[in-house]
Amino acid sequence: MKNSPADSQSQFLDQYDLTARQLEQVLEAAVERRADYADIYFESRTAEALSLEEGIVKKASRSVSQGAGVRVLAGDKTGYAHSDDITLETLQVAARTARAIAQETTQTQVVPLQSTQPHRDLYPLATPPIAAPLQDKIQLLQQIDEEARAYDPRITNVLASIVIEQKNVLILSSDGSVAADTRPLLRLQVTCIAEDGTTRQQGSYGGGGRVEFGFVYDDARWKTFTKEAARQAILGLEAVDAPAGSLSVVLGSGWPGILLHEAIGHGLEGDFNRKKVSAFSERLGQRVASALCTVVDDGTLPNRRGSLNCDDEGTPTGRTVLIENGTLTGYLQDRLNAKLMHMQPTGNGRRESFAHMPMPRMTNTFMLPGESTPEDIIRSVPNGLYAVSFGGGQVDITSGKFVFSASEAYLIEDGKVTRPVKGATLIGNGPDVLTRISMVGNDLKLDEGIGTCGKEGQSVPVGVGLPTIRVDGLTVGGTQA
Amino acid sequence: MDLTALASDVLDQARQQGATAGDLVIASGESFSAGIRLGKVEKIQNSQEKRMGLRLFAGQSSAITSTANFTHAALQAFVTETLALAKATAADPFSGLPDQSDLVQDVPDLDLSDTTTPLTVEEKLARAQEAEEAAFASDSRITNSEGAEFANASREMVYANSLGFCGSYHTTSFSLSVVPVAFQDGGMQRDYWYSSQRKLKDLEAAKAVGQKAAERTVRRLGAKQVQTQEAPVVFEPEMAASLLRHLAGAISGSALYRKTSFLLDKIGQKIAADGIFVEDHARIPSALGSKPFDGEGLPTRQNIVVEDGVLTSYLLDTYSARKLGLQSTGNASRSFADTPAASTTNFFLRPGATPPEDIIRSVRSGLYVTELSGFGVNPVTGDYSRGAVGLWIEGGEIAYPVEEITIAGNLLDMFRNIEVIGNDLERRGTISAPTVKIARMTIAGI
Repeated sequence: MKNSPADSQSQFLDQYDLTARQLEQVLEAAVERRADYADIYFESRTAEALSLEEGIVKKASRSVSQGAGVRVLAGDKTGYAHSDDITLETLQVAARTARAIAQETTQTQVVPLQSTQPHRDLYPLATPPIAAPLQDKIQLLQQIDEEARAYDPRITNVLASIVIEQKNVLILSSDGSVAADTRPLLRLQVTCIAEDGTTRQQGSYGGGGRVEFGFVYDDARWKTFTKEAARQAILGLEAVDAPAGSLSVVLGSGWPGILLHEAIGHGLEGDFNRKKVSAFSERLGQRVASALCTVVDDGTLPNRRGSLNCDDEGTPTGRTVLIENGTLTGYLQDRLNAKLMHMQPTGNGRRESFAHMPMPRMTNTFMLPGESTPEDIIRSVPNGLYAVSFGGGQVDITSGKFVFSASEAYLIEDGKVTRPVKGATLIGNGPDVLTRISMVGNDLKLDEGIGTCGKEGQSVPVGVGLPTIRVDGLTVGGTQA
Repeated sequence: MDLTALASDVLDQARQQGATAGDLVIASGESFSAGIRLGKVEKIQNSQEKRMGLRLFAGQSSAITSTANFTHAALQAFVTETLALAKATAADPFSGLPDQSDLVQDVPDLDLSDTTTPLTVEEKLARAQEAEEAAFASDSRITNSEGAEFANASREMVYANSLGFCGSYHTTSFSLSVVPVAFQDGGMQRDYWYSSQRKLKDLEAAKAVGQKAAERTVRRLGAKQVQTQEAPVVFEPEMAASLLRHLAGAISGSALYRKTSFLLDKIGQKIAADGIFVEDHARIPSALGSKPFDGEGLPTRQNIVVEDGVLTSYLLDTYSARKLGLQSTGNASRSFADTPAASTTNFFLRPGATPPEDIIRSVRSGLYVTELSGFGVNPVTGDYSRGAVGLWIEGGEIAYPVEEITIAGNLLDMFRNIEVIGNDLERRGTISAPTVKIARMTIAGI
């Protein structure tokens, strides 16, 4: 299934009866008024969703879309026009609309198109999940239902879904670069409802990545996901009220890495820093975390949900060290903001679809492991919270305040994990929270592949990771004051 | 392109290929947005989009598909594929189109479209510019900006089904927003204000939007944490509307038949304090949430969901109504790639008699919430815990800004503990509320 950019280019162009020369002419039209740069982004996407509830697969959906966008950059200005109707004429109209942003009249030179594809494929699949037989997917959902109900008689309903996407992109730009990427994506999600008398709870778990459908059967992952969802639902039935106030919090490994995504990730995106509206603006080289902390954003991890061969501007993804031993070392950049800040693009220019302009976004963001064992970290806390599962999070990048909501957490009493508590939101200050990390575990784990990040109305798949860590003085938003 | 003719062609094609029933939605439109930052044009975006969402039944099995490729050959293949997918799903005895006799007869004109001369790009940019300028002019501590944006869109919606119904309506929308950034003593804050309307003439003046945004931003400067405590919490209207959003989710059909709602089996019971009336009204002329018929072709209407604190109605589509043994409330909403599901139209808490200033004055020591963040709401139990920003009230007066705190409780307790409702309802979006005071919540800080 993997295409070279030449293949992808001809595939897109043949489908819409376009030639490379015509596209160069569109780019020439786009930069006619002395723009710095122009690009054309083609996208075709097929999405499939199957869902089970009340024991039957009652919903199946499939969605097909395609479209193209023309973007013109002039200084810090961006013009963008897109259409789901891909013809030479609509592209020319889009180019003229987008270039309205540029005012001067000297034309910029367009470099003849040539491939700049990275020589690698981070997700080479024999069969993309979209092509796996429908019956296999339906059968999996039914197995999940049986497995969950067998876990405990108090599991009264199971909602399970498989969401699959296949996205092909082709990016051609006025500097002559051509990049293409074929991106598979799979996500399996299980939610269990538990009932005990009048008490009800739900638990959710899932995973996936840029993987074949067989991924869910490897290591019996589907069973693990199902049992986790069921276990969390049952556990919730006996959860007591969460504490309120400032506490020492131990975050478990894996998905709790959402802390990094919210507390520092967004604040280090190039656009916010170029505009100086981030709490991290002009803080490169400064101490922003305890010396135990090294945090990276890496879009090159094979088969991960947050990984990409190239970003949505055609720049190969990379590994950016954001914080090294506590010192702020890097921002996440797209082309526009890198240029304006006199930095290098980092391969983080992403967009939800052809209907959106790219901007700096995270890929897979995680903290490198330390030396403590998770057991020692828990044992070190006389009185606190041990949080292992989370829902979503959010951040105000200007004030730096961020939240993330624990869905599975326990009290730590005298260094021991004791009773489960109800979900609660944790709140902290981004530029300050990592300085309060007093222990970092040796158990780095990446999440299972479920994250979706929202920014300015655009959603993109991302990953996070974390070893077990101890954070002191984090505000826990329970009800027990 | 004649969208109604296209709809009937696709349904004919489906029938010929063996579908037992089907319906579809088509939307076609264009949108524009222009952004100004620090007085200069920052971005202009233009889009042309169309999309069709098709649902076909093979007996009681069904599937949903969506496409933007409207060529004859592509649509023929699309129908074939949809039908094949439908046959793969399990038969569901509750599935199906609504009863023919329930379909809307007279489609009202709700005046959802602006017919005045469109603004030029320069005029749109000028509005954004004026809003941002007003923000800068209103306080010297506004030193930066994330920009101001003017956006507008125009869209035609068509819904048709194999019972012979085909209806369409046209909508327009306009919005203006500003995000100023204020700086003082090393601390930086941002906030925003916006106006959003179906008609351009109803949009708040650019200057007023900018000034309000500046005022909201500046008042956050110097915010601090407070001690963990229990105290009264006053929700400003935008935040009170967020509580209604949780209520709407809990009374929507799918949450009820799935038993994932904290309001399960609460019909006829007291779920909120006396004097609380909440309604969903789909036929308010020119309102953002209004629609003449729902996503299944049923007439839309006014539904009183909470009457003097008692839960009187859910929000239902045909499927969830059948599952619950009830009738649809005309609240089906149809997205392209999913089955119809119940959602709100114009959903609001009716105003009380108390001016918001008097509500603040009634608080000896408590929180006035101006922003909430995060996802700490459990829809099954109603347990509520969210990050908050606001102003601390001391002796009935606004004393200082607060941040990095959470507020927590249980939604059912919170609705029952609503002590006062303001007289300041303003329908700014599809879900709206006046100022609300909840007697007591847990506030976590230091």
